Amino acid sequence: MTEPVLSIKNLKIALPEGADRDFAVNDISYDLYAGEILCIVGESGSGKSMSANATMGLLPDLVRPVGGEIIFEDTDLLKLSEAQMMDLRGKKIAMIFQEPMSALNPLMRVEDQIAEVFEAHGLLAPKERATRAIELLTEVGIPDPEKAARAYPFQLSGGQRQRVMIAMALALEPRMLIADEPTTALDVTTQAQILELIRNLQEKHGMAVMFITHDFGVVAEIADRVAVMQYGKIVEAGTADAVLDNPQHEYTQKLIAAIPKLAAEASEETAGKTPILEVEGLNKTYVTGGGLLFSKPRIVHAVNDVNLTLSEGETLGIVGESGSGKSSVGRCLVRLMQPDSGTVKLAGHDMAQLSGEALREARKSIQMIFQDPYASLNPRSKVGRIIAEGPMAHGVSKQEAYARAVKLLELVDLDALAIDRYPHEFSGGQRQRIGIARALALEPRVIIADEAVSALDVSIQAQVLDLLAELKERLNLALIFITHDLRVAAQICDRIAVMQKGRVVELGPAHAIFNNPQSDYTRTLIEAIPGREKELAAAG
Amino acid sequence: MMADFWKRFARNRGAVIGLAILAVVILVALLAPLLFPQSPWRMVQRPFLPPFSMDQYPLGTDALGRDVISGLAYGAQVSLLVGLVSTVAALLIGIPIGALAGYFGGWVDDALMRFTEFFQTVPSFALAIVLVAIFQPSIESIIAAIAIVSWPPVARLVRGEVLSLRSREYVEAAILSGQSNLTIILRQVLPNTISPIIVLASLMVATAILLESSLSFLGLGDPNLMSWGYMIGAARTVIRQAWWLSFFPGVAILLTVLALNLIGEGLNDALNPRLARRGK
Repeated sequence: MTEPVLSIKNLKIALPEGADRDFAVNDISYDLYAGEILCIVGESGSGKSMSANATMGLLPDLVRPVGGEIIFEDTDLLKLSEAQMMDLRGKKIAMIFQEPMSALNPLMRVEDQIAEVFEAHGLLAPKERATRAIELLTEVGIPDPEKAARAYPFQLSGGQRQRVMIAMALALEPRMLIADEPTTALDVTTQAQILELIRNLQEKHGMAVMFITHDFGVVAEIADRVAVMQYGKIVEAGTADAVLDNPQHEYTQKLIAAIPKLAAEASEETAGKTPILEVEGLNKTYVTGGGLLFSKPRIVHAVNDVNLTLSEGETLGIVGESGSGKSSVGRCLVRLMQPDSGTVKLAGHDMAQLSGEALREARKSIQMIFQDPYASLNPRSKVGRIIAEGPMAHGVSKQEAYARAVKLLELVDLDALAIDRYPHEFSGGQRQRIGIARALALEPRVIIADEAVSALDVSIQAQVLDLLAELKERLNLALIFITHDLRVAAQICDRIAVMQKGRVVELGPAHAIFNNPQSDYTRTLIEAIPGREKELAAAG
Repeated sequence: MMADFWKRFARNRGAVIGLAILAVVILVALLAPLLFPQSPWRMVQRPFLPPFSMDQYPLGTDALGRDVISGLAYGAQVSLLVGLVSTVAALLIGIPIGALAGYFGGWVDDALMRFTEFFQTVPSFALAIVLVAIFQPSIESIIAAIAIVSWPPVARLVRGEVLSLRSREYVEAAILSGQSNLTIILRQVLPNTISPIIVLASLMVATAILLESSLSFLGLGDPNLMSWGYMIGAARTVIRQAWWLSFFPGVAILLTVLALNLIGEGLNDALNPRLARRGK
């Protein structure tokens, strides 16, 4: 075999004192060859981005490499000076990041940002830079590249911004591209396009690509070889097929088993059950701008004539990409947002019309679980207080509320001692359990889970989903599960509503949606799920 | 938590020095009646006694033969008292206004912020002079005047913090769980604004001390209390013959205000660790 482009040998990177472990990466070695895509997979905190950052010389201040070497073109990158690294960055090794909005300068036109790459390395005359920028934008498949070149980042969509980042990375035809979670912030259909683009460009230019991700679906789509990381060590490495189809290490097996399967089972008929929540003709529009005489107000129909019913004990999924209005629906249901028109009948009462004390009472039976396990718990309240606050606000005595909080903590598999601790002492998954306990504290009949597992690692995600399913059974809850992730929806939902641009484009039993989608949009969504083809091939 | 806080605070060496200076000032203020049992207004020696010429009066005497060092000690009492009390009063006005404006938004916000701007557009020192002149100079009127001119920044700060906090998911969860607006403001929102408020307050104490000194310098101080500003004001006509009369009170003001600013910066580092400057 040929020489590797990049060869990492026994790399050790130390974390500052007081971190949860001594080494961010501990004695890892791998090679990256030209013309291949190596995926580095791991959960958050596994150290998967660290070796890439060390390669680029982008480690945080207090984190430093203490052993091993990173060989690129016969030189050890760890020994290079900052000036030498600057010359190398962009020219020989390029990098793209997770969040294209924050990686681009918001006040600079796209063509200037691309030209800056040439300028930094003193290449090409200014005019040539501009033409080359357009060529690059054409190559990454941006529609109307001339116009895009004159645009500012905020005028482009997320996918287009990521394409601009890729164009910048490709500008100097590097030998190696590092992609750190480049599609995590993107919608599933855009993600599929960007993955295809990276694959095509890599083949065309014969680059070596180091692709860092947490998502095994993405790995299945794009990887030639895979390295799985846990606690700063590589626990398993090999070709994509070998690792995905026949994982050897226990941790890899666990991770792959935790991925929700795409196949939805046919669930029992819910038509006969009593509906607990009926939503009719729900509308919500946002109007922005239009303050002055000449500017036209921008009207966004976030929720457009939505009709839903939810039966007792049922799980209804609301699925859609960002901007589809799925979260707005959830917020209108609990009246965190005031709908423009429509009725929300919850056990006979119209939630949309209530106010004051009546609304407070009605909200007891409809509670919410939030997305961000870090932002959804007050950092200055103890866990017991967080859970007991709701019942206390409704007149339950302090003692009884705390006693109930202990029971709820046990119900969500947390230690009862947790009530005297602050949220920051818990991990993301544990915090989400606290959030669930809080939602249950008022003994609601309907729970709305807004992207409740999206911020969690896949193995934690599986545990929380299991917990939700179990609680739903035990307490006879009805659940509205809002998510962008079709795999998660397939696993937990009885029925699914697919939303696009504020409208429900398809509504039906989960297995029907997955096996026989009726609308074009649903079909596109399902086809875009990463790793789907592989799973289909394996299934049959 | 507390140990962490100290570690981060102590990492800023300036802050520790500031704390040491402030501790000395506080100690002097507390011990003034013991160290100098006589009234600072009493004539004890010949006028214009230069400093370091008599052991009993190390910093000399003023135009009326009053002991300068005793005046400094009693002045520390006035400065600290005015600084602390007026800051607390300003917080008591500013925090509720900012919290209500930020939490309720809409017309409540508009009304309260226009009211705040009304105070902001008037130059604060001029307003303070007018207020003290109207209500007669006394320690109470000085404290009230300083509080009235210094609450608007508090209100604006709290409003901004509350605006960003009120859309947090834990606040929404509190709304859903049926808590009243008052409970939500007091329990969910305000405790999370405390760090920037503490930092601002430490700087406001410094500003208040300066304001009080300026008022006293202009002769608008409490006529019964010896203060640093009064000492400088009384000495300004003889600054060429008796430099020490304005120099020592000036140094006292400088050190105290500097100490409070250093502490403020240290608190900022300790309470907002993510904003702390890197590379130390």
